[in-house]
Amino acid sequence: MSAQDTDQDSSNDRSDEIVQTQFVDLFQPPNLLTFASGETLGPVRVAYETYGTLNKEASNAIFICHALTGDAHAAGVHSTSDRKPGWWDGFIGPSKGIDTNKYYVICANVLGGCQGTTGPGCVNPVTGTRFCLNFPFLTVRDVVTVHSELVRHLGIKQLLAVVGGSLGGMQVLEWAILFPDQLKAAVVLASAPKLSAQGIAFNAVGRRAIYADPGFANGDYYDSEGPRYGLALARMVAHITYLSEDSIELKFGRRLQDSDRFAYSMQKETEFQIESYLHYQGKRFVQRFDANSYLYLTRMMDYFDLSEGFPSLEAALAQTKARFLVASYDTDWLFPTSQSRELVSALLHVRRHVSFIELRCPFGHDSFLIDIDPLAALVSPFLERTFESTSP
Amino acid sequence: MPTSNRYQMPDPSIQLTDELIMHHIDRNSRVIDLGCGDGRLMQRLHDEMGCEVMGVEVEQSNIVAIIQRGLPAIAADLNEGLVDIPNDSFDFAVLSQTLQQVRNPKRLLLEMLRVARRALVVVPNFGHWRVRMEVLRRGRTPITQALPYEWYETPNVHFMSMRDFRDLMDGIGLRIVKESPIIKGRSVDQLWGSNLRADSAFYLLERDPSKG
Repeated sequence: MSAQDTDQDSSNDRSDEIVQTQFVDLFQPPNLLTFASGETLGPVRVAYETYGTLNKEASNAIFICHALTGDAHAAGVHSTSDRKPGWWDGFIGPSKGIDTNKYYVICANVLGGCQGTTGPGCVNPVTGTRFCLNFPFLTVRDVVTVHSELVRHLGIKQLLAVVGGSLGGMQVLEWAILFPDQLKAAVVLASAPKLSAQGIAFNAVGRRAIYADPGFANGDYYDSEGPRYGLALARMVAHITYLSEDSIELKFGRRLQDSDRFAYSMQKETEFQIESYLHYQGKRFVQRFDANSYLYLTRMMDYFDLSEGFPSLEAALAQTKARFLVASYDTDWLFPTSQSRELVSALLHVRRHVSFIELRCPFGHDSFLIDIDPLAALVSPFLERTFESTSP
Repeated sequence: MPTSNRYQMPDPSIQLTDELIMHHIDRNSRVIDLGCGDGRLMQRLHDEMGCEVMGVEVEQSNIVAIIQRGLPAIAADLNEGLVDIPNDSFDFAVLSQTLQQVRNPKRLLLEMLRVARRALVVVPNFGHWRVRMEVLRRGRTPITQALPYEWYETPNVHFMSMRDFRDLMDGIGLRIVKESPIIKGRSVDQLWGSNLRADSAFYLLERDPSKG
């Protein structure tokens, strides 16, 4: 959601915060990436951005994991005329919650995505045609394996912290058990150790909308318009799950779109403001997102269960070495507080350093992207103390 | 203000309570502090005694304060029990001047000894003779110095005496390892007529296997 961050200062003031997305090819043959499914791939192109400066000891690096449809552009602007800053710009930057005067911050587009990192819309170097649905089956583990390799490539042995919300939080958790020595701290926001059945249900509806669109053509649609109606519909459904009853009520209520009277006409498709808003969200999403990536990434989210391959969640978390900060939101019904509590309880079981809070915010699941101040008040001292404990 | 000329039960100074609690906690042990406030005691246990500490607090500003100390804390309402805390995950559970404020003290005490081997509790003694006088002569509900609230807005929802407390321990199968009456800001090992004279009391508790 970006409705809240439209009121930016004039972008001229931000000339020192201009960033460029960078690209690197990792997993060059013969060192291919092996997916959890057993399939292999290489090279893998990764789109990433960095903010701030890596210190001499390379001890001040923080990795940001983006959520389902995010990208590498987490903060700053791409040019002085750029009207839209990165998706977490309120949180990351000079003197912000994640202070880029102090820390070196990295954010990369996820494997399987469509904003610069190798995904199903890319050309398979072996066949010379686009992967489409022949892209290897994707899991959170595979995404984290690529992030982890990027960090090594950047010359960083150990990250100060890995931070993420929602699907990004799942990556943080996976990272903490897969490469426990690579991070000192883990910040898990509005997330869960597994996707709930309700979450899977909403993803299923979104995927069905794409599959059912005649433009989908079994995923091989890049020469045509593609499943734009299906993808827009998927986004509309998903978007509702990111809001809360209160926030919809507050923002739209039952207000009508262009009149204060009902039209009494079935020809009028958009009567209420909330309808218009969802249509707009769907339309905008189609312009920036690839349907195949959406299928892969939502399926990846469905599959995510941190305890997979372990006798229990506790056993999985026993692999971790990081200290944890977990936060949930009281109005988030997609990743409810009960799931964060389950995580915290398991962490306490294996006696990890963990802090937990349920923040109050009316914006539902999207709160972590919107209500930055309380989040910064929490994360900033957590990072600071972790940083101090590692500094000589 | 009507409270000004009323007898207010003195609360043991924070300093005394901290010292008393720390005296009964083993070095390098694991301690959970329930209603830990801004983490003052946690910090001392961590810094001075090498304890691994954990705080439970309901106030968001206190959680931030504890994180600022570099210590861990989880937000929870003690009225809802300690559901997220696994069995036997701590050596000591601390609850200072809070028991009289929770909705179900019996359940919380049992919870404390579910998650920890031993519990340390400081409770006001509403059996003090001046409280009795207040009730008897003036027909007034007792209040405490630190919480000089009228009955309709006080967070103190239970008024127990030392005798009441002992009875409860007996009834729920908890053993009082140590009882220290606190009188005029000083803790004493023995006190004649303690239920009449102590302002508050410190208890060290553990499960009593013989009573199951």
